[in-house]
Amino acid sequence: MVLELQKPRPVWQIMFSTHHTDVGYLYTVTSLAFLFMAGVLAMVIRTHLFFPGEGVLISDSVTFNRIFTVHGSTMLFLFALPFAAGIGNYLVPIMVRYKDMAYPKLNAVAFWMVPVGGALVWLGFSDTTWVAYAPYSIIRAPGPAADMWIFGMKILGISSILSSINFIVTILRCKHPDLPLRRVPLFAWSMLTVSLMTVVAMPTFAAALVMMLTDRLGVSGFFNPAMGGDPIAYLHLFWFTFHPEVYIFLLPAIGMMYEIIPRFSRKPLFSQGSGVFAFVMLGLIGFASWGHHMFSTGMDFTTKTVFMIGTLAAVPASGMHVFNFLATMWGGRIRFDAPMKFMVGGIALFFSAGAGGVLNTAMPLDFITHGTYWVVGHMHLFLTGTIAFGFVGMMYYIFPLFTGRMYSEKWASIQFILMMWGTVQVFFTQHILGLEGMARRVYDYPTDFTSWTQLNQIATVGAWILGASFVIFLAQLIYYSSKGKEANMDDPFKLGGKYYYPYQAKTPHHTGY
Amino acid sequence: MGHDTSEWVFVAIVIAILIYVGVDSWDIEKLLEDVPADAETIKVTGQQWFWSFEHADGTKEISTLHLKKGHAYKFEIYAKDVMHSFNIPDWVVFQDAVPGRVNHAWFSPDQTGEFPIQCREYCGLLHYNMRGSLVVEDSKS
Repeated sequence: MVLELQKPRPVWQIMFSTHHTDVGYLYTVTSLAFLFMAGVLAMVIRTHLFFPGEGVLISDSVTFNRIFTVHGSTMLFLFALPFAAGIGNYLVPIMVRYKDMAYPKLNAVAFWMVPVGGALVWLGFSDTTWVAYAPYSIIRAPGPAADMWIFGMKILGISSILSSINFIVTILRCKHPDLPLRRVPLFAWSMLTVSLMTVVAMPTFAAALVMMLTDRLGVSGFFNPAMGGDPIAYLHLFWFTFHPEVYIFLLPAIGMMYEIIPRFSRKPLFSQGSGVFAFVMLGLIGFASWGHHMFSTGMDFTTKTVFMIGTLAAVPASGMHVFNFLATMWGGRIRFDAPMKFMVGGIALFFSAGAGGVLNTAMPLDFITHGTYWVVGHMHLFLTGTIAFGFVGMMYYIFPLFTGRMYSEKWASIQFILMMWGTVQVFFTQHILGLEGMARRVYDYPTDFTSWTQLNQIATVGAWILGASFVIFLAQLIYYSSKGKEANMDDPFKLGGKYYYPYQAKTPHHTGY
Repeated sequence: MGHDTSEWVFVAIVIAILIYVGVDSWDIEKLLEDVPADAETIKVTGQQWFWSFEHADGTKEISTLHLKKGHAYKFEIYAKDVMHSFNIPDWVVFQDAVPGRVNHAWFSPDQTGEFPIQCREYCGLLHYNMRGSLVVEDSKS
């Protein structure tokens, strides 16, 4: 099952396979392709905002609105979710010692919905923003684009529900009888938590999408005030799915840190129990905080207080993860190979993003930061700083397993430095820009305030640095997958001991066509 | 200190900070939501893509709002078509304008000058250009 490229198989054999490593491979490659596509859009957005004035790079605001909509939708649904599912497909069956996922065909079906949904989102190129607030998305969003976005999201949502059911059954029902649930590795625990969360949260969004579609067709008026509906109802349905979804994006990255940090610290994990506890807590409390996205919609004081408490309650559990990582590294013989570098960088940025989150949910401060570039900086610090750092580190960790070859440690270090530098420069700057009052999702900004122009230019240069780091990443993946040195598959990172266990899965391929 | 103890101490410190943040913001928010009784009501209507204002005496203004220093003002915020968000960043006035609903915000300017007004919720084509300005004048003049 390893050394995919050393024993080449025709591509259709991988495509129509239902084996968990093949599906995992497809998921990972697809999500990385979407990462680079959406990354190009991000570069276009930032470059456009380098100078104030209309038509700097993008000639009209509709195109700009479409670009940031597709950038957001792609990064979240076509990169973050499928990447976690891909790595989960690779590692979860191995971790629970089962020959495959519980439902291999369902697994392949769930994967093949991703490119279909992706094609709808990209061909439609909607301008509703990724949150698609009613009533804009109902009465004003142009033509088939928004409908294609709705159908694309629908398909991606179903795909993630199917893969979640698969993970839940694999972990709970198919794990080896000798392996008690509490001893299941923490990456599998993170996949179990997010799968349960998806099954609870996602149907709400699916319902909201159907209501939005019928509203757009004019046969209903759930969210259309002209027909007696209420736009705020859409916001509640949307954020009931998408605040938990924040944790669904985040927890697999945390699970990957649990996978890598103890190995590269060459020391056992500080506490399995507190990791499991923190996952379960985040999984539960994630559902108690959606209202903090809506403080300014006219919510009353009591409701705001309840949601503020619900949001703050999630922080101790996140803190337990950070503590667990640091305590694991404490006194370890740490090897700073590429995977470890990215994980440690990810912890640092996770901490800063979390601190910003506490300020966001404090009610009076929310009225300063909400809807400004502060929020853009904050959520990108999570998505790039924690999730993408975790995913890139995991990609380097699993690279020998995918290809049987090693990446270049030198170029990985350069990528790490550029990525850390770029992330800090763009997203910390955007926090300040938000405090200066610049609204998000704007095509142009006035020249009245010189600080806006300067901060935007600092952020844009940071984005170029971040972009350069991803160009290096892409070049690494392509070049070293065929030209890299052959990896020692028992211990590719020279950590001592044969615990690079992904290699232990030696079940033969079965193809399902 | 044992391993578990150190983790509990860490969690306790985090919870203490959170309680401080929570209680303090509860306290301040309560203060902020207390609208003075003599506040003058101003109707604010957002539509694609400009703001219009109606003073208590019926005077209407578009895009530019003239107010007096030292008075308290209460905004009644309406939206005609899609969601907008009424925002005067310098005075931390920020409330969504939701069609079919009325939202409130208040402030009391204690400084004269011209301040930008903007829309902070995406509302389509010219969202970036849905700007206005607030002119605070001396109440004596």
